[in-house]
Amino acid sequence: MASCSVEDVLAKAERDEAEKLKGITVNKELDLEFDPGNLLAFDKNRIDTREFKDGKREDFLRSLARDNTQLLINEIWKLPTERVEEVIVAKLPEPTTLLPREKPAPKPKPPTKWEQFAKLKGIQKKKKTNLVWDEVHKEWKRRWGYKRAKDDTKEWLIEVPEKADPNEDQFAKKNKAKKERVARNEYNRLKNIARAQKIKVPGMGLAPTPKQSKAELAQAVNIAKISTASVGKFQDNLPKEKKPKNTGKRRKFQPLIGDFSSEKQKQLDLLKVMDSKKPRLDITKAVNKQMREEDMEARQKNKKDFGKKGQRGKMSGKGKGKAGGKGKGQGPKGKGRKPQMKQGKR
Amino acid sequence: MAHRDGIVKAKTRRSKRFLQSREPKLIEGQKSSMIIRGGNCSETVSQALKDVYALKKPNAVLYKRKNMVRPFDDSTALEFFSKKSDCSLFLFGSHNKKRPNNLIFGRMFDFHVLDMFELGIERFVSLRDVKMDTCPEGTKPMLVFSGELFETDREHQRLRNLLTDFFCGPRVSAVRLAGLEHVLHFTALEGRIYMRSYKVLLKKSGCRTPRIQLQDMGPSFDFIMRRSHMASDDLYRTAHKQPRGAKPKKKKNISHDAFGTRLGRLHMQKQDLDKLQTRKMKGLRKRRGEKTTTETPAAKAPRTDE
Repeated sequence: MASCSVEDVLAKAERDEAEKLKGITVNKELDLEFDPGNLLAFDKNRIDTREFKDGKREDFLRSLARDNTQLLINEIWKLPTERVEEVIVAKLPEPTTLLPREKPAPKPKPPTKWEQFAKLKGIQKKKKTNLVWDEVHKEWKRRWGYKRAKDDTKEWLIEVPEKADPNEDQFAKKNKAKKERVARNEYNRLKNIARAQKIKVPGMGLAPTPKQSKAELAQAVNIAKISTASVGKFQDNLPKEKKPKNTGKRRKFQPLIGDFSSEKQKQLDLLKVMDSKKPRLDITKAVNKQMREEDMEARQKNKKDFGKKGQRGKMSGKGKGKAGGKGKGQGPKGKGRKPQMKQGKR
Repeated sequence: MAHRDGIVKAKTRRSKRFLQSREPKLIEGQKSSMIIRGGNCSETVSQALKDVYALKKPNAVLYKRKNMVRPFDDSTALEFFSKKSDCSLFLFGSHNKKRPNNLIFGRMFDFHVLDMFELGIERFVSLRDVKMDTCPEGTKPMLVFSGELFETDREHQRLRNLLTDFFCGPRVSAVRLAGLEHVLHFTALEGRIYMRSYKVLLKKSGCRTPRIQLQDMGPSFDFIMRRSHMASDDLYRTAHKQPRGAKPKKKKNISHDAFGTRLGRLHMQKQDLDKLQTRKMKGLRKRRGEKTTTETPAAKAPRTDE
């Protein structure tokens, strides 16, 4: 008796359980792919088109969505949960769907000249406190900036050094020195940027330095020499003086008399360009077009490898082919045109 | 901000912070999207744009004036917009005779167009037209794709990836279970893509997992595929490249048991007991000229006797 009742109870419990599960189970031919990290599910089962065409399109889509969502929810409810501030929270795993980045990964900053030097010499940065004790005012003040301790710009009196010219304005001298330091720092900053981007470092004539090297002095002499009204044409050379590098003729002109036919041809070409009604080539646009075409070609090739496509693919191919022809036709013309314009300007 | 040779130097702290926020980062946050109205737009398209904007809201910009842009001919304008608003996803809507009710979904990498898909709206039900409850703004939607086309066809595959990217919202480590109340369902069938948006109702089922009911929420679209532009494989691969520091290094020899206790495994070499530092005494001190090998008390003993 007793054993029988126990079996009954067990069977009943089992049936109850099955009934409960019925509400949340969905049968699919192929299992869905889940990515709980993105709350994403993918159902690759074939969809029954007959049911879809019956006219109850919305109902069909909703029931399909319900089943798939139920499966996704079942999957999410399996994840470990936690209680955070009276709310039940499921911990999501890392997403498995690979999505492209927004921007390329940051590159490490190239070291500045000082950083290179410091590394070579093993100089390490020291952390300094922001506030320092000011003996004069008897309070803590900033080390730098506005209202700083030991502010030497606010002095009302400067002692004239023993060897200095007594008529020299020491305040003006200090200001000038400061301005020069600032300018030099800015120049160095720009040089660092230029070096980082591998651009040629801009020449600045001469930077203010207390001691100039031989090369700097030579440069100064050269600059001074050509800084005359006649661009240094009448400056004498010192004995054994070397000529500076990278000087000489830069432009070459056509002879004034001689071959007239080539000159005439040039003029005619120029007139032809000015007279033509064809629009000038927009290079950015052309380049964009060219790039798109190349992409398309590569894609087309891939598509052929991958498998045939329907009619749509053919159509798009046709349209693009036409556009491509135009682009190519324009290319060389534009190239030919440009140098002519330059000659005309002369 | 001072511009010089393409290098922008911030003049104030605030602008410096602003520029820093736009620099590429090791671990990127959520992509923001811009929703752009084209030069000519039908009522349907502009409403559709507004609805998608409502779905995407805290992380989207709506350009609602006329923008004469043709993304498939010349994408420079889009690239400019993307740079300006720091958005890498875009949705562009336009309407003309050749391509009526046109939406272009796309994404950028490094401010250049990566993928674009042109989808024509055949049927559209607005968020406004459905008089039902909606879900709160900024809800992370669940995404469901169905249809074998999404696996077999290369264009559809890429479109699936793009739509995931577009709608998936922020990357989160945990989610409130009661807050899962929005589902976007994409069905690819017979060359069309049906996008439906439902509100999820969690009902009691008798066991732990709830039973689900769906309620129409809108917007819902019937799309037809038109033109598409996919990135070349090289570019696509570059866009997926993760920097070295993005993944945390796996720590060796550490494991956790069921109770969350951290267990470590140590690998020890056999200790050389001869070199063990014992108590320091004057008598045991090392002397000058004494060989280290004979540094035992037995060897020292005769010497002290003499």
